[in-house]
Amino acid sequence: MKDLGSTLLREEAFEEIVIGNTAVARAMVEAGVRSATSYPGSPTPEIAEALAAMDADRRPLRFEFSTNEKVATEVAFGSALNGHLSVVFFKSVGLNVAADSFVQLSLMDIPGGLVVVLGDDPGANSSQNEQDNRHYARMAYVPVLEPAGAQEAYDFFKLAARIARERHTVVILRLTTHVCHAKEKVRFAAWKPEPFDPTARFDPELQNYVPIAASVFPLKRRALERLADLASDPLALSADRVDDAGNRKRGVIVAGNAYLSLLDALAEAREKPDVLKLGLVHPLPAAHVREFLAAHEEVKILEELDPVLETEIKALAYDAGLRTRIIGKLGVDELMGEHVPSAVLRIMAAAWPDLYDAPPPEALPAVAAPRPAQLCPGCGHRSAFYAVKKALKDEDITVADIGCHTLGHLPPYRMGRVLLSMGHSTATASGLALFNKERRVACFIGDSTLFHAGLPGIANAVYNQHDVLLIVMENGTTAMTGHQDHPGTGRNWNGDTTKLSVRAALEGLGVANIREVDAYQQAKLTGMVREALAEPGFKVVIARHPCMLKFTRDQRRKLKAAWKPKHVRIDQDACTKAHECVERFGCPSFQIHDGRAVTVNEDLCIGDGSCRQTCPSGAIVEKLGGAE
Amino acid sequence: MIGKFDIYIAGVGGQGIGLLSEALIRAVDCAGMIAKGCDTHGLAQRGGSVSSHVRVGADARSPLVSEGSADLVIALERHEAVSAGRKYLKEGGTLLWFDASWQPLDVRLGKARAAAESDVDEVVALRKGTVVRVDGDGLPDPRMQNVAMLAAVCRRGLVPGLSLAHARSALSDLMAGSALEANLALLAD
Ligand code: SF4
Ligand code: SF4
Repeated sequence: MKDLGSTLLREEAFEEIVIGNTAVARAMVEAGVRSATSYPGSPTPEIAEALAAMDADRRPLRFEFSTNEKVATEVAFGSALNGHLSVVFFKSVGLNVAADSFVQLSLMDIPGGLVVVLGDDPGANSSQNEQDNRHYARMAYVPVLEPAGAQEAYDFFKLAARIARERHTVVILRLTTHVCHAKEKVRFAAWKPEPFDPTARFDPELQNYVPIAASVFPLKRRALERLADLASDPLALSADRVDDAGNRKRGVIVAGNAYLSLLDALAEAREKPDVLKLGLVHPLPAAHVREFLAAHEEVKILEELDPVLETEIKALAYDAGLRTRIIGKLGVDELMGEHVPSAVLRIMAAAWPDLYDAPPPEALPAVAAPRPAQLCPGCGHRSAFYAVKKALKDEDITVADIGCHTLGHLPPYRMGRVLLSMGHSTATASGLALFNKERRVACFIGDSTLFHAGLPGIANAVYNQHDVLLIVMENGTTAMTGHQDHPGTGRNWNGDTTKLSVRAALEGLGVANIREVDAYQQAKLTGMVREALAEPGFKVVIARHPCMLKFTRDQRRKLKAAWKPKHVRIDQDACTKAHECVERFGCPSFQIHDGRAVTVNEDLCIGDGSCRQTCPSGAIVEKLGGAE
Repeated sequence: MIGKFDIYIAGVGGQGIGLLSEALIRAVDCAGMIAKGCDTHGLAQRGGSVSSHVRVGADARSPLVSEGSADLVIALERHEAVSAGRKYLKEGGTLLWFDASWQPLDVRLGKARAAAESDVDEVVALRKGTVVRVDGDGLPDPRMQNVAMLAAVCRRGLVPGLSLAHARSALSDLMAGSALEANLALLAD
């Protein structure tokens, strides 16, 4: 599959090995999605990458990365109101940002149908928590389909789209990290491109679209009735399945990726329980569950994260007068982390200790040093942290935001020591600065996050006169999630566009005290931070340097054969083994050896030279002639 | 056909483990076996641990290999070989590793000892397994270590039923031009 884009636009049925996210992109094409929106966030950005791979002239849908998840949801809602099947996708915590609008959606008649694809992240692989978004679905009366792997992600997306379109409503397809990234051979159906009718069909008479006060109730009633109705809709129920092992004593009710872990975990078991695998997890398919409970003496509810199904199933059993022994979560450990096969094996063994003869194989205790994520070689943020740290006292307070620069909280920088959510930094810092004359407060934000959710906190700091220094780490991209464009880059997903300037945005919000510097100019940056901190009120330093990972990749792509690797080297005669470069600047290219000598790993070093100014004896020198 | 054969691949972000696992999955598919897997995508930055799971055979259902269960561990770096071997190698399994060293932060800060070849050997001895060390001697470009490892897997028959021919067709399915030529040369019989 050299060409992902044309593969995904094939008109005949085919099979291909793809990840779940890519399978969802094909499902969008087949389902007739016309509008898709997103904000980048792991584990979902590969959906956009798959859409990007399609030839723009043949791609049957419009896509945009919106400025944040709430905006993305609203754009998708609007296009669906006009009758176009629409999709919005984002990561788990993105739903918090979108929530204000999301919770209204089930009150609306949405003629085009709207699918919300969530990338939940049990295990917090790339998120600040592992929130279980089924709670939001319950709160907002929105149905949820939950696939186990890539094939089901494709199948269930099409099902979700069909339900959404036929019922003029919103449906969630809830993916989790290892469904998004699970790779397997997926069977795709044929696709017949349909002509597109762009007519704007919004009809304000279809319902009252302005729910306020008493007018909320008929809409809420309809939402509740629609949800109840779906629980017995054969189409929605077709997502459930039973693996009948002929076991009338024991059964397991499971959903999502945990189902595949269960199959692995049962391979070694002495007896195979029956399994009810739910595809529709909200509303609970009560008839299926009741029947399964009634047919077994004991049923284990196996669900990742919170006991959502468990609570509902226990209530259902009580109401139905069923005597089945229902085994839910046994302790808080079962509410945490991913239900990978080894975890499920432990959970099953805890539920039924006689299920296994031998304990499962285990890891040997770790001995090698862990390798946490870190700023790339040459990253401008490293220079910035190194320089800013020099201007701060130990007792000063630093606040991080979300982005690559969050990694500054790790040694050796230890900068940005508190984190809540996208865009929180200025406001959290404002609170930290209250009543506080001794410890100065500095906070960080990246440019993409600034446009995402950073602006209200800045407006507040100006308006309420908070005494805070904001350092904008401007790298010209949304680096952490794979270098997507944002409003400050002059490009959107579809081409060139207006470039919003960070400085102009700040000035527009009334920030009067702004300094700008290239993050590689360390002495200048240190000086600016010192000066700014001595001034009262809200002030900003913009520390700008392009993301060097993106820059280096772009260079290599542009120059092709003419691209020559660049490195620095350590002049071993000049080096005094002060280790400023290794221990305080901390570029991962520096390696230490017995006898404390320092060398440069040329697989890592990009030769930008930002480290050279840190060496007190000038021992870091440009390596002439490039790599050997 | 075998019921299940589990492969765990470990490396450092920037070493090209994605291509290795993609090629391996496709090679297994070319060999007529069922393949599935999962990359543990970290974030974009280079330099953190990254891993990939490849599972062969109809009995493998989850995309993830379990701890202590990998028939084959492939590591592209020495510290990762020690960590991945300890965590995933099963009793009697094979650990194939590329001898490069990218020191983790704690080693560079002097808070932890750098891993040595003997640490890798120790893991494999504890698991009563087989160790295969590969180095970069003779590699035209250090960035081709991932394909060199694919070649080593096939040449030594480390995955039952997988040959160099399968690896060549997998790679031809993924890339073209001079990059393909250069990599195919590493996969010659
Ligand atoms: S991806 Fe870019 S911004 Fe992020 S750490 Fe690497 S160089 Fe820095
Ligand atoms: S020149 Fe090399 S060693 Fe110095 S900061 Fe850049 S990548 Fe690191």
